[in-house]
Amino acid sequence: MTIHKGRGFACINYPIGMNLGGDPSQALVHSTPDGKFMVALSSIDLGQGMKSVTRQIASETLGVPVEDVYVDTADSDTGPHCMGSFASRGTHRVGNAVIRAAAEARKQMMEAAAEELEVNASDLDTDGAGNIHVKGAPGRSITVAETAIAAQFKQGRTLSGRGIFLVPPNEADPDTGDMTPVTCFAHAALVVDLEVDDETGEVEVTEINSAYEVGRALNPKLVEQQLIGGAWMGVSHALYETTEPYYPQRDHGPEDFNTYLQPGPGQIVPHHVAVLERPAEDAPFGGKGPGEMCANPVLPAVANAVYNAVGVRCDQLPITPEKVLKGIRANGGARPQGIR
Amino acid sequence: MAKTPVTFTLNDAEAALFVDPGAALVDVLRRGAGDLTPKQGCAQGTCGACTVLIDGVPHLSCLTLAETVQGRHVETTSGLAGGPDLHPLQKAFIEGFAAQCGFCTSGMLMAAKSLLDQTPDPTRDQVIEAISGNLCRCTGYEPIVDAILTAAAEMQGRPAQQGVR
Repeated sequence: MTIHKGRGFACINYPIGMNLGGDPSQALVHSTPDGKFMVALSSIDLGQGMKSVTRQIASETLGVPVEDVYVDTADSDTGPHCMGSFASRGTHRVGNAVIRAAAEARKQMMEAAAEELEVNASDLDTDGAGNIHVKGAPGRSITVAETAIAAQFKQGRTLSGRGIFLVPPNEADPDTGDMTPVTCFAHAALVVDLEVDDETGEVEVTEINSAYEVGRALNPKLVEQQLIGGAWMGVSHALYETTEPYYPQRDHGPEDFNTYLQPGPGQIVPHHVAVLERPAEDAPFGGKGPGEMCANPVLPAVANAVYNAVGVRCDQLPITPEKVLKGIRANGGARPQGIR
Repeated sequence: MAKTPVTFTLNDAEAALFVDPGAALVDVLRRGAGDLTPKQGCAQGTCGACTVLIDGVPHLSCLTLAETVQGRHVETTSGLAGGPDLHPLQKAFIEGFAAQCGFCTSGMLMAAKSLLDQTPDPTRDQVIEAISGNLCRCTGYEPIVDAILTAAAEMQGRPAQQGVR
């Protein structure tokens, strides 16, 4: 029995936002009379950070403290329309819609403040700490809360905004096939190191090193969290998880967590991530978002590393000990590829 | 069917409930006592989301008959914080981004609390062992392990240990 070390590489260009059908999302922003702002979305947060990042985007655009912004994604029956939180579209699509809605609300907020301060709205600026002041004269100011109260009870106006992001629906040129199917691309390269036991066929991933280019990392800790958790899921899909182990037969298929194989905390793989930031022009504050691609490159990198270790090319996932052993036997033994 | 009266200590309060024979503790806590922190994930004892402490020992409340906690002390995540002050584990989970969707978090916190109650200064392997009955589909576990070690360090009054990364 020998443990063979292997290293595999994969890289990915990942599309952000599907232009087919325009891929629209809407956002609505309004203030409450105490100067807090509510962002209404139907873009559900499944834990990826949709609420956090849209809250940051709204706060930055409005010029008010992030603590004064709430994001409500409660109900797609009553909220503004969204295509959904999927396919690495959330930060880009919804973020852009939030910018538009928040910009309109900011305009109304500045007009309401201008009326109170008896100045021109274009001479006003926000300090990001809850105050609106005359440019160059911080002393001449009014709080956002006072502005909202004046708008609500004195001026009779709302501080609100509507936003939608929709790209012109794009179809392939019938002659050339030319089209613009996506808005921008995120990129990643990933190296997997692993060990293959040629007696049992078991594969153990020992280390992952990756570099991700996600535009501006709007919330660096959330980006890192996504990349670490997503890579874990990639390892899981590469080596363990399947509902159809003997497709198309359902025999021996898992039916619950007792029989559905997935790695636990004992299988944590050290993962070193480098996040590169190349803001995209059409993305909200340059952020494209990590999304689905945090899991995707792990799978081909693992498959390549297994080939590198024992010379077995698995073209079906997951790469189970059974498949590895069958491959080793078919080759008449382990055939380590290349020298590391 | 006749209901059974069960009295037990739920966190710091006395609970007295009538339960159906065979009722699972998780259902009684959630529906009877209104404590929604134990989550029911798989209802077969695999995922650990329903983990509560009974007399300090972690139990899967989906597989525990409610009648068996008569006279015992049940701890859930809602009892972790002391008023507005979060438990060091809760703080470490928040600051270490150890939750994404949050469904496993209650179970993880209770498994971790039981560990730290008995082993205040655990090794990384002991932390991994302690949460090995709890599934998480979002984080890849590493931020959770790091958060538990950070909380342990803080409770010991020393700087946090280095993570594996």
